[in-house]
Amino acid sequence: MAKWEMMTGNKAAAVGAKLARVQVIPAYPITPQTTIVEYLSKFVEQGELKAEFIRVESEHSAMAACIGAAAGGARAFTATSSHGLLLMTEMVFWAAGARLPIGMAVVNRALAPPWNIHVEHTDSHSQRDSGFIQFYAKDNQEVLDTIILMYKVAEDERVLLPAMICLDGFILSHTYMPVEIPDQEDVDLFLPPYEPKGFLLDPEEPLTYGSLTLPEHYMEMRYDIQRSIESARDLILKYSKEYEEIFGRYHGGLLELYKVEDADYLLISMGTLGEEAKVAADTLRREGIKAGAVRVRVFRPFPTETFVNTVSEKKALIVVERHLSLGGIGGALGTELKALLYGKTDVPIFNYVTGLGGRDTTYIDLAKIVKHSIKTGRPKDNYMWYNLKMG
Amino acid sequence: MEMADFFHIMPVSKPSVGAVGKTGTWRVFKPIIDHEKCTRCGLCWIYCPDESIELKEDDTPKINYDFCKGCGICSDVCPVKAIKMEAEEIG
Repeated sequence: MAKWEMMTGNKAAAVGAKLARVQVIPAYPITPQTTIVEYLSKFVEQGELKAEFIRVESEHSAMAACIGAAAGGARAFTATSSHGLLLMTEMVFWAAGARLPIGMAVVNRALAPPWNIHVEHTDSHSQRDSGFIQFYAKDNQEVLDTIILMYKVAEDERVLLPAMICLDGFILSHTYMPVEIPDQEDVDLFLPPYEPKGFLLDPEEPLTYGSLTLPEHYMEMRYDIQRSIESARDLILKYSKEYEEIFGRYHGGLLELYKVEDADYLLISMGTLGEEAKVAADTLRREGIKAGAVRVRVFRPFPTETFVNTVSEKKALIVVERHLSLGGIGGALGTELKALLYGKTDVPIFNYVTGLGGRDTTYIDLAKIVKHSIKTGRPKDNYMWYNLKMG
Repeated sequence: MEMADFFHIMPVSKPSVGAVGKTGTWRVFKPIIDHEKCTRCGLCWIYCPDESIELKEDDTPKINYDFCKGCGICSDVCPVKAIKMEAEEIG
C-alpha cells in the first residue's frame, strides 16, 4: 500500500529518485538543493538504495560523471541550484548533445551578486537552449511523481534526451507538505530498469564519442535533437495518462488548466505561482471577473498546439513570471508565448515580471495584476514590473 | 509516430583510420625519435592522443607521419628526452 508522509520538496525529490532506482548519483552541495543529495546519500549508506554515490569536486564534474554513467548504461541522477547549474552549463549541453537520458532536480534560486538564495527562474531558464526537457512543479507531490515520469519520457527511444524537474527554492524545497509515496512494485512496473537504446559504452565494441563533426553533418544532429524533444510532447501526455491510471494522479500533462473554459482572462505562470493563480482566479470570480489559470508544467518542449487552442479566444492573457531577460523584452515565458501566438490571434498579452530573488508573490498580488491589466486595456509596454520599490 | 519509422543520428561513430583525411598536413613541428637514446618504455605510445605511434614487436616506437599533427606530447613525456621537435619545412 502506498503511504503518506509529511515531507519537504527536497525529500520528495530524493524519494522520487530512489523509487526510480537511480544507479549513479554524482553530487555537489549547494543551497537550497543540498538536502536532496543528503537524503540520497543516507538512502545509499543505509542500504535502502543500491547506487553509487560519487562525491565530486564541482557541479561541472557532477554532470560529467552523470554523462559517463549514462553512457555506460546506468540511470544517473544529480541535483543542483543557481550558480551550481551555471558552473555545470557546459556539461548540461554536452549531456543533451550526447543523447543521454540523465535526470536532474534543479531547485530554482536567484543568481548573485547580490547574494540571494531564494526562488527565481533565471537559473533553469538559462539552460533552455540545451536540449534538456524541463518540467516545473507546483507542489511536492508533483516533484516526486515527475521524477519517475521524466525518466520514462527521457529514456523512450524516440526521445533519448536528459530531463530536469525544477522546483521553487524554499517555497517547495524546504516546505513540508503531505506526499503520497507510491509502492516500489508499482513504480517498477511503470519504469522498468534502464536499457540504453542509443549506444552503450563497451570496451568490447569501442565507439568514438562526440567526435569532430564538420559542417556537412552537424546540422542534422541538431535537427535530430529538435525532432526528438518535440516527440516528447505526445509522450509526456501519453505517459502522464498511464501514470494516472496506475497511481491516480495527473498534474496536467504540458499545461495545467484551471477554470479556463468560460474564462475571459487567463493568468499564465510557472511553478508555485501556478497554485497562487488558481486561488487568484477564484478570488476574482467572486468579484465578478471571469478569470482562469494556466500553469506551464513543461517549458521544454514548449507547449505549442495546446497553448494556441487554450488561449486564442480570450479577452487577455496575463503572464506573470519570476524571470527577466536582462536587456530583453520581458521574461522567457511572456516572450515565447508572444512569439508563438504572433499571427495566430489578436488576444492582448501582458507580461509582468515580479517575485525576483524570492520576493513574496501571493494570490492577492496576482488578482491585483489581473485588475491592472484590465484597466490598462491593451499592453503599452513590452513588459511591466510589479511590486518594485523604485522606478 | 511509428517506432519503425524512427531513427536517430547519434554523435557516435565506429573508429576508423583518418575519417577526416591525412591530418599530418596540419603539422608545424615534427617529432623525431633518437633510437639510440630510446629505452622502449612505451610512454609516447600511451600518451599519443591520435594513436599515431605504433610499437614494433621489440617495442621500438614508430611515428605515423600521415596522421601525426605534431602536438609534441610524446616529446614532452619522454623520460630520456629521445624525441625532439623540429620545425617542418614549408613548401
